[in-house]
Amino acid sequence: MNSIPSRSLLSIEGMTKSDIEEILDLTDTFDEIGRRPIPKVPALRGRTVATLFFENSTRTRLSFETAARRLSADTMSFGAGSSSLSKGESVRDTVEVIEAYGADVLVVRHPDAGTAQRIDNWTEALVINAGDGCHEHPTQALLDAYTLRKHKGSLNGLRIAIVGDIRHSRVARSDVLAFTMLGAEVVLVAPPTLLPPSLEGWPVTTSYDLDEVLPTLDVCYLLRMQNERINEGLIPSVREYVADYGLNTKRAATLPKDALICHPGPTNRGIEIEAAVASDSRSVILDQVSNGVSIRMAVLFLLLGSGRNLVEVNDLEGEK
Amino acid sequence: MSLVIRGGTIIDSDGEKRADVAIGDEGIITEVSANLKGDEELDASGCIVTSGFVDLHSHLREPGQEDAETIETGARGGALGGYTALIAMPNTTPAMDCLAVIDQVRALGKKSVCEIIPTGTMTVGRNGEKMSPMGELVDAGVGIFTDDGNGLQDPRLMRRIMEYSTGLKHRLGRPVVLAQHCEVEALSCGGHMHEGAWSSRLGIPGQPAEAEELMVSRDIALVRLTGAHMHFQHLSTTGSVEMVRLAKQEGLPITAEATTHHFSLTDASCASYDPVFKVHPPLRTEQDVFAVKKGLSDGTIDAIATDHAPHTDHSKEKSFAEAPPGMLGLETAFSISLEDSGLDLPQILALLSWRPAAIAGISDRHGNTVSIGSKANLCVIDPDITWTVSGNSMASRSSNTPYEGRRLRGRVRHTIQSGEAVVIDGETQR
Amino acid sequence: MVEKERVQTPPKGGVFVAHARVLDAEDIKRAIQRMAHEIVERNHGLDNVVLIGLQTGGVMVAEMLTEALSKISGTSPPQGTLDVALHRDDIGMRPVMPEAVTDISVDLDGATIVIADDVLFTGRTIRAALDALCDFGRPKEIQLAVMVDRGHRELPIRPDYVGKNLPTRISEIVDVSPEGVDLGTVKK
Repeated sequence: MNSIPSRSLLSIEGMTKSDIEEILDLTDTFDEIGRRPIPKVPALRGRTVATLFFENSTRTRLSFETAARRLSADTMSFGAGSSSLSKGESVRDTVEVIEAYGADVLVVRHPDAGTAQRIDNWTEALVINAGDGCHEHPTQALLDAYTLRKHKGSLNGLRIAIVGDIRHSRVARSDVLAFTMLGAEVVLVAPPTLLPPSLEGWPVTTSYDLDEVLPTLDVCYLLRMQNERINEGLIPSVREYVADYGLNTKRAATLPKDALICHPGPTNRGIEIEAAVASDSRSVILDQVSNGVSIRMAVLFLLLGSGRNLVEVNDLEGEK
Repeated sequence: MSLVIRGGTIIDSDGEKRADVAIGDEGIITEVSANLKGDEELDASGCIVTSGFVDLHSHLREPGQEDAETIETGARGGALGGYTALIAMPNTTPAMDCLAVIDQVRALGKKSVCEIIPTGTMTVGRNGEKMSPMGELVDAGVGIFTDDGNGLQDPRLMRRIMEYSTGLKHRLGRPVVLAQHCEVEALSCGGHMHEGAWSSRLGIPGQPAEAEELMVSRDIALVRLTGAHMHFQHLSTTGSVEMVRLAKQEGLPITAEATTHHFSLTDASCASYDPVFKVHPPLRTEQDVFAVKKGLSDGTIDAIATDHAPHTDHSKEKSFAEAPPGMLGLETAFSISLEDSGLDLPQILALLSWRPAAIAGISDRHGNTVSIGSKANLCVIDPDITWTVSGNSMASRSSNTPYEGRRLRGRVRHTIQSGEAVVIDGETQR
Repeated sequence: MVEKERVQTPPKGGVFVAHARVLDAEDIKRAIQRMAHEIVERNHGLDNVVLIGLQTGGVMVAEMLTEALSKISGTSPPQGTLDVALHRDDIGMRPVMPEAVTDISVDLDGATIVIADDVLFTGRTIRAALDALCDFGRPKEIQLAVMVDRGHRELPIRPDYVGKNLPTRISEIVDVSPEGVDLGTVKK
């Protein structure tokens, strides 16, 4: 099996439009399983999915574990809180130990950019990046694209605003790549301090004026605003952020009727989004959560059970 | 007993000539002419014979981090790279902020294959708070002071140290050199690579070029105020090079170095997320690389330094953010300079040997002309041989070279330290 | 005889070359007609009968049976489709195809399910289908209707309704379409 090339999912960057579409197409199959009376198939029996969360994220971890269990894979979980990292063990040591327990896939969340890619170099197991620092969160972008496609039929031609702390957002980086690859137009809305220092090469436009942008949108994607940003002096206060960039009922009224409101969760109600707006009929925030499980089932299945790699190997043998 | 280097071409600050070199028992060059014979002979046919290199910026890690490097292994790597003198940075544990540690480094250096020249810290424990006992250290022969690894943040304290150092000139017999790692931490903190298009794309927090440039600018102003001799370490940005250029035109007592990695690598290397490319100051843009090369070629930058910074595999097996900054340099500096600097060989040799020797105040024994009466600190370079960089086969205890797997042309063949052939045909002799 | 691109899941994909036509379109209609009568007869009508076509070849058979059943009894039984790919024991040998949709909107508790498939061979597909169906409820009974039973069973499974019993060599391929049933091989 070692001859099979690595199919780790590390970033949206490097994926093609057809890679993404393949995953989205396949996700319908897994979405249907989730609606069955017994939402479980034996597809990944005997496979082990390990979640390595060097940074806490109960939601993402549960989403991956639910996906793995619905495919009958065994799950193993490693959390930074209970780990030996504090005892001086390096990330590599940890990875080698988990691999020795027989994990086939490592689902990695780490506070620093690039760690999933580093780990992928150290292990024979396949790696899924479940968020690395301010870099990428590819399965989030896939589930976002899936959610938008389900509601809008296609992303082609959609105008999507991503609003908030883009500088520190792995979700924004992955979403920008995935959305634009699928034909959407993306505008980043944030104060300059919350935009990346350079947008060279990013296929986006920017705006500092949410009110101006809102009536033109098909999708308004809000990011979580973290309190640390105030301590870092990036914005004067939460009050001012809410006043300028929060999606309140008044602003939401200027958003077209058929537009969608997205958020990667967990939401800070009353900050980036007013509670009433989060439960607006245009809000698809809960859909995003449930689609997350289906997307992760599709990804796990593609990595571990699909036979896609096997076909490629057969083709290679045919060429010899 | 005499040692003869046969068949080579000498290049030194006087120019180029074909001649053999004979070295006597005292480690002094006794004869330079054609067809010399000696008890021992080193073949140098097709090779360049020049004065040994002087690295203004080596981290030898001893005392404190002997798992990453020792003075013995660092010196061995240096000798393989053609170096006969290494200026040892004081960020050891404990730091070289007192005579005891300086003496220990000197004692260990005596047994090694390079001359080890310890520097002193500017502040106690490199904390940036209290001036180190500079007078005492100057009396012990320390001529360079630096808090390298940290820039000295407090402008008031920096001014005081500059002023104080000017009063020690007569005790040292030459101006005391203050070497600054230019980085305003308030701007750079939390950043792990150059801030720009690549950092934004990779999601790695960056440090802006301005973090370096602000301190270069501040220190130029303070040199103008105090008259102290300031040496800028590892210049890496277009703005820094330009400021130093102007300050030198003004006649200020300023020198500067650039590292091999800052003219051979860019921030694009960080895309692999391999912390082997993490270094302070960070790898910059193509434009900055161009500016550094320009500075080297027009004399703005006085020396090529290595900032040789060994780290164990274990400490680099971390995320980019968690891993310590620094990369190896001693064994690759000459070849990288030859390949990537865009300079011709005599310019490279000046930047590696006699110009840094002058800054370090060791021109009496290093970076001399290859002539009768000079101390025999020499190296012999084969400019045509090709080799492949491999961190694991280096003399260093660490393997964190950013050039792993790269094919390079030109390599040091023999190194002579005080008349002793410490490297012969690319092999250390002890 | 005819060569045609056969939509086959890897690793069997390739060009199907027919060697013999076993049933023509009329034969198939007659076989469907007969099987429909048998289903009605055996179940004393169509109460609680649900037809489940297996993706992809069985869907067509289920549709033809439904049509025939509605002509016979005046009502058409509920129909669903099932993709057993995720329940197979040879998972990893063939990709899951997004177009192979599972759609079972009827309650299967207490139902009499008739699984419809084109060809019954080793029985492994049916084994997977039995497993999968039990995740949707607890049917009263499960029956099996196939257009062709080609033998070579590897599991203790037998069909209840058969269009045609067809002795084959293990290397041969049976191709079922509304135009007919062909026996042949696959050229890589």
